[in-house]
Amino acid sequence: MTDAGKAAPGRLSGLTPLHFVTLVTLGALILASMGQVAPSPRQLASGVPGMVDLVGRMMPPSTEPGFLWRVTVRIVETFQIALVGAAIGIVLSLPIAWLGARGVSPLGRGSYLVKALVSLLRTIPDLVWALLFVATVGLGAVAGTMTIMVDTIGFCGRFFAEAMEDAEKEPQEALSAMGAGRGSILAGAILPDIMPSLINSSLFALEKAVRSSVVLGLVGAGGIGQELKVAFDLFQYRNASTIILVIFLIVLAMEFCADKLRARVQ
Amino acid sequence: MPGAAPPAVSPPRARPVADEAGDVAAPMIAARGLRKSYDGRLDILKGVDLAVSPGERVALIGANGCGKSTLLKCLIALHGISGGSLSTMGRDLSRPVGPEVQRQVRRQTGFVFQKHCLVRRRTVLSNVVHGFFGEAGSWRAFSHNLAPAGWREAAMESLAEVRLAERALARADSLSGGQQQRVAIARALVRRPRLLIADEPAASLDPVSGRNVMELFTRLCATHGITLLFTSHDMAHALGHASRVVALKQGRVLFDKPPSQVTPADLKETFDD
Repeated sequence: MTDAGKAAPGRLSGLTPLHFVTLVTLGALILASMGQVAPSPRQLASGVPGMVDLVGRMMPPSTEPGFLWRVTVRIVETFQIALVGAAIGIVLSLPIAWLGARGVSPLGRGSYLVKALVSLLRTIPDLVWALLFVATVGLGAVAGTMTIMVDTIGFCGRFFAEAMEDAEKEPQEALSAMGAGRGSILAGAILPDIMPSLINSSLFALEKAVRSSVVLGLVGAGGIGQELKVAFDLFQYRNASTIILVIFLIVLAMEFCADKLRARVQ
Repeated sequence: MPGAAPPAVSPPRARPVADEAGDVAAPMIAARGLRKSYDGRLDILKGVDLAVSPGERVALIGANGCGKSTLLKCLIALHGISGGSLSTMGRDLSRPVGPEVQRQVRRQTGFVFQKHCLVRRRTVLSNVVHGFFGEAGSWRAFSHNLAPAGWREAAMESLAEVRLAERALARADSLSGGQQQRVAIARALVRRPRLLIADEPAASLDPVSGRNVMELFTRLCATHGITLLFTSHDMAHALGHASRVVALKQGRVLFDKPPSQVTPADLKETFDD
Protein backbone atom coordinates (compact mmCIF):
# COMPACT_ATOMS: atom_id res chain seq x y z
CA MET A 1 0.00 0.00 0.00
CA THR A 2 1.53 3.29 -1.04
CA ASP A 3 -0.52 5.27 1.53
CA ALA A 4 1.02 3.40 4.50
CA GLY A 5 2.44 5.73 7.14
CA LYS A 6 0.84 8.85 5.67
CA ALA A 7 0.29 11.59 8.31
CA ALA A 8 -3.27 12.33 9.48
CA PRO A 9 -4.82 15.41 7.81
CA GLY A 10 -4.87 18.66 9.80
CA ARG A 11 -7.82 19.19 12.19
CA LEU A 12 -9.03 22.25 10.27
CA SER A 13 -8.19 20.93 6.80
CA GLY A 14 -11.90 21.06 5.82
CA LEU A 15 -12.12 24.79 6.67
CA THR A 16 -11.62 26.74 3.45
CA PRO A 17 -10.75 30.48 3.48
CA LEU A 18 -14.28 31.18 2.20
CA HIS A 19 -15.83 29.23 5.12
CA PHE A 20 -13.57 31.07 7.57
CA VAL A 21 -14.48 34.53 6.22
CA THR A 22 -18.20 33.64 6.20
CA LEU A 23 -18.11 32.45 9.82
CA VAL A 24 -16.21 35.51 11.04
CA THR A 25 -18.59 37.87 9.16
CA LEU A 26 -21.65 36.12 10.58
CA GLY A 27 -20.24 36.28 14.13
CA ALA A 28 -19.43 40.00 13.76
CA LEU A 29 -22.95 40.69 12.44
CA ILE A 30 -24.59 38.94 15.40
CA LEU A 31 -22.38 40.77 17.94
CA ALA A 32 -23.02 44.15 16.32
CA SER A 33 -26.77 43.52 16.23
CA MET A 34 -26.83 42.44 19.88
CA GLY A 35 -25.31 45.78 20.83
CA GLN A 36 -28.21 47.58 19.15
CA VAL A 37 -31.34 45.50 19.84
CA ALA A 38 -30.66 42.98 22.66
CA PRO A 39 -31.70 44.02 26.18
CA SER A 40 -28.82 45.15 28.36
CA PRO A 41 -28.43 43.63 31.87
CA ARG A 42 -29.44 47.03 33.32
CA GLN A 43 -32.63 47.10 31.27
CA LEU A 44 -33.44 43.53 32.32
CA ALA A 45 -32.84 44.35 35.99
CA SER A 46 -35.03 47.47 35.86
CA GLY A 47 -37.80 45.60 33.98
CA VAL A 48 -38.18 42.82 36.54
CA PRO A 49 -40.07 44.89 39.18
CA GLY A 50 -42.47 46.12 36.47
CA MET A 51 -43.08 42.54 35.34
CA VAL A 52 -43.72 41.38 38.91
CA ASP A 53 -46.11 44.29 39.42
CA LEU A 54 -48.01 43.43 36.19
CA VAL A 55 -48.32 39.74 37.12
CA GLY A 56 -49.60 40.83 40.55
CA ARG A 57 -52.28 42.99 38.95
CA MET A 58 -53.32 40.05 36.70
CA MET A 59 -54.03 37.80 39.70
CA PRO A 60 -56.47 36.31 40.36
CA PRO A 61 -57.95 35.82 36.88
CA SER A 62 -61.43 37.27 36.48
CA THR A 63 -64.36 34.84 36.88
CA GLU A 64 -67.17 37.40 36.56
CA PRO A 65 -70.07 35.48 34.86
CA GLY A 66 -70.89 38.18 32.26
CA PHE A 67 -67.23 38.37 31.20
CA LEU A 68 -66.86 34.57 31.07
CA TRP A 69 -69.91 34.35 28.78
CA ARG A 70 -68.36 36.99 26.47
CA VAL A 71 -65.11 35.02 26.39
CA THR A 72 -67.01 31.80 25.59
CA VAL A 73 -68.76 33.45 22.65
CA ARG A 74 -65.42 34.80 21.37
CA ILE A 75 -63.74 31.41 21.79
CA VAL A 76 -66.46 29.75 19.71
CA GLU A 77 -65.97 32.45 17.05
CA THR A 78 -62.19 31.84 17.16
CA PHE A 79 -62.75 28.14 16.57
CA GLN A 80 -65.12 28.86 13.71
CA ILE A 81 -62.54 31.14 12.08
CA ALA A 82 -59.81 28.50 12.48
CA LEU A 83 -61.91 25.55 11.31
CA VAL A 84 -63.61 27.18 8.32
CA GLY A 85 -60.45 29.03 7.19
CA ALA A 86 -58.30 25.90 7.51
CA ALA A 87 -60.89 23.64 5.84
CA ILE A 88 -61.32 25.90 2.80
CA GLY A 89 -57.56 26.47 2.66
CA ILE A 90 -56.79 22.72 2.75
CA VAL A 91 -59.33 21.96 0.00
CA LEU A 92 -57.98 24.76 -2.23
CA SER A 93 -54.39 23.67 -1.53
CA LEU A 94 -54.90 20.32 -3.26
CA PRO A 95 -55.41 21.59 -6.83
CA ILE A 96 -52.89 24.39 -6.27
CA ALA A 97 -50.28 21.87 -5.06
CA TRP A 98 -51.00 19.64 -8.06
CA LEU A 99 -50.43 22.56 -10.43
CA GLY A 100 -47.21 23.44 -8.60
CA ALA A 101 -45.70 19.95 -8.14
CA ARG A 102 -42.64 19.42 -10.34
CA GLY A 103 -42.97 16.37 -12.61
CA VAL A 104 -46.65 15.94 -11.74
CA SER A 105 -48.19 19.27 -12.75
CA PRO A 106 -50.06 19.44 -16.06
CA LEU A 107 -48.54 22.92 -16.51
CA GLY A 108 -44.97 21.66 -17.10
CA ARG A 109 -42.58 24.53 -16.45
CA GLY A 110 -45.56 26.73 -15.53
CA SER A 111 -45.48 24.89 -12.20
CA TYR A 112 -42.69 27.25 -11.07
CA LEU A 113 -45.09 30.20 -11.33
CA VAL A 114 -47.63 28.40 -9.13
CA LYS A 115 -44.90 27.59 -6.62
CA ALA A 116 -43.81 31.24 -6.61
CA LEU A 117 -47.41 32.30 -5.90
CA VAL A 118 -47.63 29.84 -2.99
CA SER A 119 -44.30 31.19 -1.66
CA LEU A 120 -45.72 34.72 -1.83
CA LEU A 121 -48.78 33.67 0.20
CA ARG A 122 -46.50 32.04 2.77
CA THR A 123 -43.96 34.86 2.99
CA ILE A 124 -46.43 37.57 4.00
CA PRO A 125 -47.16 37.20 7.78
CA ASP A 126 -50.73 36.43 8.83
CA LEU A 127 -51.14 39.70 10.72
CA VAL A 128 -50.32 41.60 7.52
CA TRP A 129 -52.91 39.54 5.60
CA ALA A 130 -55.40 40.31 8.39
CA LEU A 131 -54.71 44.06 8.04
CA LEU A 132 -55.27 43.78 4.27
CA PHE A 133 -58.54 41.88 4.66
CA VAL A 134 -59.82 44.18 7.42
CA ALA A 135 -59.16 47.07 5.02
CA THR A 136 -61.01 45.32 2.17
CA VAL A 137 -63.91 43.39 3.75
CA GLY A 138 -64.15 45.30 7.04
CA LEU A 139 -63.69 44.46 10.72
CA GLY A 140 -64.78 41.05 12.02
CA ALA A 141 -64.62 37.31 11.63
CA VAL A 142 -64.83 37.22 7.80
CA ALA A 143 -61.47 39.00 7.54
CA GLY A 144 -60.04 36.48 10.02
CA THR A 145 -61.38 33.50 8.07
CA MET A 146 -59.89 34.85 4.82
CA THR A 147 -56.56 35.36 6.56
CA ILE A 148 -56.47 31.78 7.85
CA MET A 149 -57.49 30.50 4.41
CA VAL A 150 -54.64 32.31 2.63
CA ASP A 151 -52.16 31.35 5.34
CA THR A 152 -53.23 27.68 5.07
CA ILE A 153 -52.84 27.69 1.27
CA GLY A 154 -49.30 29.04 1.70
CA PHE A 155 -48.49 26.29 4.20
CA CYS A 156 -50.34 23.28 2.77
CA GLY A 157 -49.70 24.27 -0.86
CA ARG A 158 -46.00 23.79 -0.29
CA PHE A 159 -46.14 20.58 1.75
CA PHE A 160 -48.80 18.95 -0.44
CA ALA A 161 -46.73 19.74 -3.56
CA GLU A 162 -43.58 18.27 -2.00
CA ALA A 163 -45.49 15.12 -1.02
CA MET A 164 -46.82 14.77 -4.57
CA GLU A 165 -43.30 15.14 -5.99
CA ASP A 166 -42.04 12.40 -3.63
CA ALA A 167 -44.92 9.97 -4.30
CA GLU A 168 -43.97 6.50 -5.56
CA LYS A 169 -43.32 6.69 -9.30
CA GLU A 170 -43.91 3.02 -10.23
CA PRO A 171 -47.71 2.95 -9.65
CA GLN A 172 -47.98 6.21 -11.60
CA GLU A 173 -46.11 4.65 -14.52
CA ALA A 174 -48.33 1.56 -14.30
CA LEU A 175 -51.52 3.63 -14.50
CA SER A 176 -50.07 5.67 -17.34
CA ALA A 177 -49.34 2.42 -19.21
CA MET A 178 -53.05 1.58 -18.94
CA GLY A 179 -54.05 4.85 -20.55
CA ALA A 180 -54.77 6.90 -17.43
CA GLY A 181 -54.56 10.68 -17.82
CA ARG A 182 -52.88 13.05 -15.35
CA GLY A 183 -56.06 13.55 -13.33
CA SER A 184 -56.63 9.81 -13.04
CA ILE A 185 -53.00 9.26 -11.99
CA LEU A 186 -53.41 11.92 -9.31
CA ALA A 187 -56.60 10.35 -7.96
CA GLY A 188 -55.63 6.71 -8.49
CA ALA A 189 -51.97 6.60 -7.50
CA ILE A 190 -50.64 9.83 -6.01
CA LEU A 191 -53.32 10.78 -3.48
CA PRO A 192 -53.67 7.29 -1.94
CA ASP A 193 -49.86 7.08 -1.59
CA ILE A 194 -49.45 10.44 0.12
CA MET A 195 -52.63 10.34 2.23
CA PRO A 196 -50.79 10.04 5.61
CA SER A 197 -48.62 13.02 4.67
CA LEU A 198 -51.67 15.04 3.58
CA ILE A 199 -53.46 14.30 6.85
CA ASN A 200 -50.34 15.19 8.87
CA SER A 201 -49.86 18.50 7.07
CA SER A 202 -53.58 19.28 7.42
CA LEU A 203 -53.45 18.66 11.17
CA PHE A 204 -50.41 20.94 11.50
CA ALA A 205 -52.30 23.54 9.44
CA LEU A 206 -55.27 23.27 11.79
CA GLU A 207 -53.02 23.69 14.85
CA LYS A 208 -51.39 26.68 13.20
CA ALA A 209 -54.82 28.12 12.33
CA VAL A 210 -56.01 27.88 15.94
CA ARG A 211 -52.83 29.63 17.17
CA SER A 212 -53.12 32.32 14.50
CA SER A 213 -56.83 32.91 15.00
CA VAL A 214 -56.36 33.86 18.66
CA VAL A 215 -54.16 36.83 17.74
CA LEU A 216 -56.02 38.04 14.64
CA GLY A 217 -58.43 39.99 16.82
CA LEU A 218 -55.53 42.29 17.79
CA VAL A 219 -55.93 43.93 14.36
CA GLY A 220 -59.72 43.68 14.29
CA ALA A 221 -60.14 40.40 12.41
CA GLY A 222 -62.48 38.77 14.95
CA GLY A 223 -62.02 36.12 17.61
CA ILE A 224 -60.76 36.12 21.20
CA GLY A 225 -57.82 38.37 20.33
CA GLN A 226 -60.21 41.32 20.07
CA GLU A 227 -61.28 40.75 23.70
CA LEU A 228 -57.61 40.51 24.77
CA LYS A 229 -56.80 43.82 23.09
CA VAL A 230 -59.75 45.52 24.84
CA ALA A 231 -58.63 44.10 28.19
CA PHE A 232 -55.08 45.50 27.80
CA ASP A 233 -56.29 48.83 26.35
CA LEU A 234 -58.59 49.35 29.38
CA PHE A 235 -55.95 48.08 31.88
CA GLN A 236 -58.30 45.19 32.86
CA TYR A 237 -55.37 42.88 33.62
CA ARG A 238 -57.44 40.26 35.51
CA ASN A 239 -59.64 39.88 32.42
CA ALA A 240 -56.47 39.62 30.29
CA SER A 241 -55.05 36.82 32.46
CA THR A 242 -58.33 34.85 32.12
CA ILE A 243 -58.16 35.19 28.33
CA ILE A 244 -54.48 34.15 28.22
CA LEU A 245 -55.28 31.12 30.38
CA VAL A 246 -58.19 30.11 28.12
CA ILE A 247 -56.01 30.53 25.00
CA PHE A 248 -53.32 28.36 26.59
CA LEU A 249 -55.84 25.62 27.39
CA ILE A 250 -57.37 25.77 23.91
CA VAL A 251 -54.01 25.49 22.13
CA LEU A 252 -52.95 22.68 24.49
CA ALA A 253 -56.19 20.74 23.82
CA MET A 254 -55.81 21.27 20.08
CA GLU A 255 -52.22 19.97 20.10
CA PHE A 256 -53.25 16.98 22.22
CA CYS A 257 -56.08 16.04 19.81
CA ALA A 258 -53.85 16.56 16.75
CA ASP A 259 -51.10 14.35 18.27
CA LYS A 260 -53.65 11.59 18.95
CA LEU A 261 -55.00 11.79 15.38
CA ARG A 262 -51.48 11.80 13.93
CA ALA A 263 -50.58 8.71 15.92
CA ARG A 264 -53.64 6.93 14.51
CA VAL A 265 -52.76 7.93 10.94
CA GLN A 266 -49.22 6.54 11.31
CA MET B 1 -63.25 -5.46 6.71
CA PRO B 2 -63.75 -1.92 5.34
CA GLY B 3 -65.57 -1.08 2.11
CA ALA B 4 -68.47 -2.68 0.34
CA ALA B 5 -68.62 -6.45 -0.14
CA PRO B 6 -67.11 -7.62 -3.43
CA PRO B 7 -69.52 -8.84 -6.06
CA ALA B 8 -69.90 -12.56 -6.68
CA VAL B 9 -67.72 -14.06 -9.40
CA SER B 10 -69.62 -14.06 -12.68
CA PRO B 11 -69.24 -16.48 -15.61
CA PRO B 12 -66.41 -15.75 -18.08
CA ARG B 13 -67.19 -12.77 -20.26
CA ALA B 14 -66.37 -11.95 -23.85
CA ARG B 15 -63.57 -9.52 -24.61
CA PRO B 16 -65.17 -6.08 -25.19
CA VAL B 17 -64.87 -5.01 -28.79
CA ALA B 18 -63.40 -1.51 -28.89
CA ASP B 19 -64.50 0.78 -31.72
CA GLU B 20 -60.92 1.82 -32.19
CA ALA B 21 -59.42 -1.66 -32.23
CA GLY B 22 -57.24 -0.63 -35.15
CA ASP B 23 -56.48 -3.09 -37.92
CA VAL B 24 -57.21 -6.48 -36.32
CA ALA B 25 -55.52 -8.30 -39.23
CA ALA B 26 -52.31 -6.27 -38.82
CA PRO B 27 -49.29 -7.72 -36.98
CA MET B 28 -49.37 -7.03 -33.26
CA ILE B 29 -45.98 -5.35 -33.46
CA ALA B 30 -44.01 -4.30 -36.51
CA ALA B 31 -40.73 -2.48 -35.87
CA ARG B 32 -38.14 -1.76 -38.58
CA GLY B 33 -34.83 -0.10 -37.86
CA LEU B 34 -36.25 1.22 -34.59
CA ARG B 35 -33.90 3.62 -32.85
CA LYS B 36 -34.18 5.28 -29.46
CA SER B 37 -31.79 7.75 -27.91
CA TYR B 38 -32.05 9.98 -24.88
CA ASP B 39 -31.20 13.68 -25.22
CA GLY B 40 -30.19 12.91 -28.82
CA ARG B 41 -26.90 11.39 -27.66
CA LEU B 42 -27.04 8.12 -25.78
CA ASP B 43 -28.25 5.45 -28.23
CA ILE B 44 -30.16 2.70 -26.43
CA LEU B 45 -31.78 1.04 -29.45
CA LYS B 46 -29.71 1.16 -32.65
CA GLY B 47 -32.04 -0.30 -35.28
CA VAL B 48 -34.30 -3.05 -33.97
CA ASP B 49 -36.30 -5.20 -36.40
CA LEU B 50 -39.12 -7.10 -34.72
CA ALA B 51 -42.41 -8.55 -35.94
CA VAL B 52 -44.88 -10.24 -33.60
CA SER B 53 -48.02 -11.93 -34.91
CA PRO B 54 -51.28 -12.38 -32.99
CA GLY B 55 -51.24 -15.28 -30.54
CA GLU B 56 -47.42 -15.57 -30.34
CA ARG B 57 -45.54 -15.78 -27.05
CA VAL B 58 -42.23 -13.96 -27.47
CA ALA B 59 -39.42 -13.84 -24.93
CA LEU B 60 -37.03 -10.91 -25.15
CA ILE B 61 -33.65 -11.65 -23.58
CA GLY B 62 -30.43 -9.71 -23.20
CA ALA B 63 -27.91 -8.34 -20.71
CA ASN B 64 -28.74 -5.42 -18.42
CA GLY B 65 -28.81 -2.14 -20.32
CA CYS B 66 -29.26 -3.72 -23.76
CA GLY B 67 -32.55 -1.85 -24.27
CA LYS B 68 -35.23 -4.44 -23.44
CA SER B 69 -37.29 -2.24 -21.11
CA THR B 70 -36.87 0.78 -23.38
CA LEU B 71 -38.19 -1.25 -26.33
CA LEU B 72 -41.22 -2.41 -24.35
CA LYS B 73 -42.06 1.16 -23.32
CA CYS B 74 -41.71 2.38 -26.92
CA LEU B 75 -44.25 -0.25 -28.01
CA ILE B 76 -47.07 1.47 -26.10
CA ALA B 77 -45.81 5.04 -26.66
CA LEU B 78 -44.64 5.50 -23.07
CA HIS B 79 -41.44 6.63 -24.81
CA GLY B 80 -41.37 8.17 -28.28
CA ILE B 81 -38.93 6.63 -30.79
CA SER B 82 -36.00 8.50 -32.33
CA GLY B 83 -35.90 6.80 -35.73
CA GLY B 84 -37.09 3.90 -37.88
CA SER B 85 -40.72 2.79 -37.94
CA LEU B 86 -43.02 1.24 -35.36
CA SER B 87 -46.59 0.09 -35.48
CA THR B 88 -48.48 -1.52 -32.60
CA MET B 89 -51.80 -3.22 -33.44
CA GLY B 90 -51.91 -1.26 -36.68
CA ARG B 91 -51.35 2.13 -35.01
CA ASP B 92 -48.39 4.03 -36.42
CA LEU B 93 -46.17 5.15 -33.54
CA SER B 94 -43.25 6.24 -35.74
CA ARG B 95 -43.98 9.90 -35.07
CA PRO B 96 -45.07 11.55 -31.80
CA VAL B 97 -48.74 10.71 -31.28
CA GLY B 98 -51.44 12.53 -29.36
CA PRO B 99 -53.07 11.38 -26.13
CA GLU B 100 -56.02 9.81 -28.01
CA VAL B 101 -53.84 7.40 -30.04
CA GLN B 102 -51.81 6.62 -26.91
CA ARG B 103 -55.02 5.73 -25.09
CA GLN B 104 -56.24 3.59 -28.00
CA VAL B 105 -53.03 1.53 -27.96
CA ARG B 106 -52.86 1.26 -24.18
CA ARG B 107 -56.52 0.27 -23.85
CA GLN B 108 -55.75 -2.90 -25.78
CA THR B 109 -52.48 -3.62 -24.04
CA GLY B 110 -51.83 -5.00 -20.59
CA PHE B 111 -48.46 -4.08 -19.05
CA VAL B 112 -46.92 -5.92 -16.11
CA PHE B 113 -43.81 -4.39 -14.59
CA GLN B 114 -40.89 -6.05 -12.78
CA LYS B 115 -42.08 -4.48 -9.55
CA HIS B 116 -45.82 -5.07 -9.35
CA CYS B 117 -46.46 -1.28 -9.16
CA LEU B 118 -49.65 -1.61 -7.15
CA VAL B 119 -51.08 1.32 -5.21
CA ARG B 120 -50.16 -0.18 -1.87
CA ARG B 121 -52.65 1.64 0.36
CA ARG B 122 -55.63 0.60 -1.79
CA THR B 123 -57.53 -2.68 -1.74
CA VAL B 124 -56.68 -5.52 -4.10
CA LEU B 125 -60.05 -5.04 -5.84
CA SER B 126 -59.49 -1.30 -6.36
CA ASN B 127 -56.06 -2.04 -7.84
CA VAL B 128 -57.61 -4.42 -10.36
CA VAL B 129 -60.38 -1.91 -11.18
CA HIS B 130 -57.56 0.58 -11.94
CA GLY B 131 -57.07 -1.51 -15.08
CA PHE B 132 -60.08 0.35 -16.51
CA PHE B 133 -58.33 3.73 -16.43
CA GLY B 134 -58.41 5.12 -19.95
CA GLU B 135 -61.97 3.89 -20.58
CA ALA B 136 -64.81 6.37 -20.95
CA GLY B 137 -65.82 7.60 -17.48
CA SER B 138 -62.62 6.21 -16.08
CA TRP B 139 -62.68 8.54 -13.05
CA ARG B 140 -64.86 5.77 -11.60
CA ALA B 141 -61.87 3.42 -11.80
CA PHE B 142 -60.39 5.40 -8.88
CA SER B 143 -61.93 2.96 -6.42
CA HIS B 144 -64.01 -0.22 -6.56
CA ASN B 145 -66.64 1.56 -4.46
CA LEU B 146 -67.29 3.99 -7.32
CA ALA B 147 -66.82 1.59 -10.25
CA PRO B 148 -69.77 0.43 -12.39
CA ALA B 149 -71.08 -3.06 -11.58
CA GLY B 150 -69.65 -4.47 -14.84
CA TRP B 151 -66.14 -3.33 -13.95
CA ARG B 152 -66.40 -4.77 -10.45
CA GLU B 153 -67.58 -8.10 -11.84
CA ALA B 154 -64.80 -8.14 -14.43
CA ALA B 155 -62.26 -7.35 -11.69
CA MET B 156 -63.56 -10.18 -9.51
CA GLU B 157 -63.42 -12.53 -12.49
CA SER B 158 -59.80 -11.52 -13.13
CA LEU B 159 -58.95 -12.04 -9.46
CA ALA B 160 -60.56 -15.48 -9.55
CA GLU B 161 -58.36 -16.34 -12.53
CA VAL B 162 -55.26 -15.59 -10.48
CA ARG B 163 -56.84 -17.33 -7.45
CA LEU B 164 -57.02 -14.23 -5.27
CA ALA B 165 -60.76 -13.50 -5.25
CA GLU B 166 -60.95 -14.18 -1.53
CA ARG B 167 -58.41 -11.40 -0.83
CA ALA B 168 -60.36 -8.78 -2.80
CA LEU B 169 -60.80 -6.40 0.14
CA ALA B 170 -57.32 -6.84 1.63
CA ARG B 171 -54.90 -3.94 1.36
CA ALA B 172 -52.45 -4.48 -1.50
CA ASP B 173 -49.39 -4.14 0.74
CA SER B 174 -50.64 -6.92 3.03
CA LEU B 175 -50.00 -9.51 0.27
CA SER B 176 -46.77 -11.41 -0.40
CA GLY B 177 -44.59 -10.45 -3.38
CA GLY B 178 -45.90 -13.33 -5.49
CA GLN B 179 -49.51 -12.49 -4.65
CA GLN B 180 -48.95 -8.83 -5.50
CA GLN B 181 -47.54 -9.82 -8.88
CA ARG B 182 -50.63 -11.96 -9.47
CA VAL B 183 -52.81 -8.92 -8.67
CA ALA B 184 -50.77 -6.94 -11.22
CA ILE B 185 -51.50 -9.68 -13.78
CA ALA B 186 -55.22 -9.55 -12.93
CA ARG B 187 -55.10 -5.76 -13.41
CA ALA B 188 -53.38 -6.15 -16.78
CA LEU B 189 -55.91 -8.75 -17.94
CA VAL B 190 -59.11 -7.16 -16.62
CA ARG B 191 -59.84 -5.42 -19.94
CA ARG B 192 -59.01 -8.57 -21.92
CA PRO B 193 -56.18 -6.89 -23.84
CA ARG B 194 -55.06 -8.14 -27.24
CA LEU B 195 -51.42 -7.76 -26.26
CA LEU B 196 -49.79 -8.42 -22.88
CA ILE B 197 -46.33 -6.98 -22.23
CA ALA B 198 -44.41 -8.08 -19.15
CA ASP B 199 -41.08 -6.57 -18.13
CA GLU B 200 -39.22 -9.21 -16.10
CA PRO B 201 -42.41 -10.22 -14.28
CA ALA B 202 -40.70 -12.88 -12.16
CA ALA B 203 -37.46 -11.04 -11.37
CA SER B 204 -38.45 -9.90 -7.87
CA LEU B 205 -39.95 -13.28 -6.87
CA ASP B 206 -38.52 -16.45 -5.35
CA PRO B 207 -38.01 -19.36 -7.81
CA VAL B 208 -41.29 -21.12 -6.97
CA SER B 209 -43.41 -17.94 -7.11
CA GLY B 210 -41.60 -16.93 -10.31
CA ARG B 211 -42.38 -20.25 -11.96
CA ASN B 212 -46.02 -20.05 -10.83
CA VAL B 213 -46.36 -16.54 -12.24
CA MET B 214 -44.91 -17.58 -15.59
CA GLU B 215 -47.21 -20.61 -15.77
CA LEU B 216 -50.14 -18.33 -14.99
CA PHE B 217 -49.13 -15.99 -17.83
CA THR B 218 -48.86 -18.83 -20.33
CA ARG B 219 -52.17 -20.39 -19.29
CA LEU B 220 -54.16 -17.13 -19.30
CA CYS B 221 -52.72 -15.91 -22.60
CA ALA B 222 -53.50 -19.27 -24.22
CA THR B 223 -57.04 -19.32 -22.76
CA HIS B 224 -57.90 -15.79 -23.89
CA GLY B 225 -55.91 -15.71 -27.13
CA ILE B 226 -53.68 -12.88 -25.90
CA THR B 227 -50.32 -12.18 -27.56
CA LEU B 228 -47.53 -12.22 -24.96
CA LEU B 229 -44.23 -10.37 -25.11
CA PHE B 230 -42.05 -10.68 -22.01
CA THR B 231 -38.48 -10.06 -20.96
CA SER B 232 -36.60 -12.36 -18.62
CA HIS B 233 -33.12 -13.01 -17.28
CA ASP B 234 -34.19 -16.54 -16.35
CA MET B 235 -33.52 -18.76 -19.36
CA ALA B 236 -35.79 -21.51 -17.97
CA HIS B 237 -38.67 -19.01 -18.21
CA ALA B 238 -37.66 -17.70 -21.62
CA LEU B 239 -37.11 -21.09 -23.20
CA GLY B 240 -39.96 -22.84 -21.38
CA HIS B 241 -42.80 -20.38 -21.87
CA ALA B 242 -42.14 -18.68 -25.21
CA SER B 243 -42.81 -19.79 -28.76
CA ARG B 244 -39.99 -17.50 -29.96
CA VAL B 245 -36.89 -16.08 -28.34
CA VAL B 246 -35.50 -12.71 -29.45
CA ALA B 247 -32.08 -11.70 -28.12
CA LEU B 248 -31.01 -8.07 -27.92
CA LYS B 249 -27.39 -7.06 -27.71
CA GLN B 250 -26.14 -3.47 -27.62
CA GLY B 251 -29.40 -2.13 -28.99
CA ARG B 252 -29.75 -4.58 -31.89
CA VAL B 253 -31.41 -7.97 -32.45
CA LEU B 254 -28.74 -10.65 -32.13
CA PHE B 255 -30.97 -13.61 -32.97
CA ASP B 256 -34.66 -14.44 -33.34
CA LYS B 257 -35.50 -18.16 -33.29
CA PRO B 258 -37.70 -20.81 -31.64
CA PRO B 259 -36.56 -21.93 -28.17
CA SER B 260 -35.68 -25.40 -29.46
CA GLN B 261 -33.00 -23.87 -31.72
CA VAL B 262 -31.37 -21.66 -29.07
CA THR B 263 -27.94 -23.08 -28.20
CA PRO B 264 -25.69 -22.48 -25.20
CA ALA B 265 -23.33 -20.65 -27.60
CA ASP B 266 -26.19 -18.26 -28.53
CA LEU B 267 -26.81 -17.50 -24.86
CA LYS B 268 -23.09 -17.04 -24.18
CA GLU B 269 -22.81 -14.56 -27.01
CA THR B 270 -25.97 -12.74 -25.80
CA PHE B 271 -24.71 -12.18 -22.27
CA ASP B 272 -20.91 -11.86 -22.86
CA ASP B 273 -19.49 -8.32 -22.86
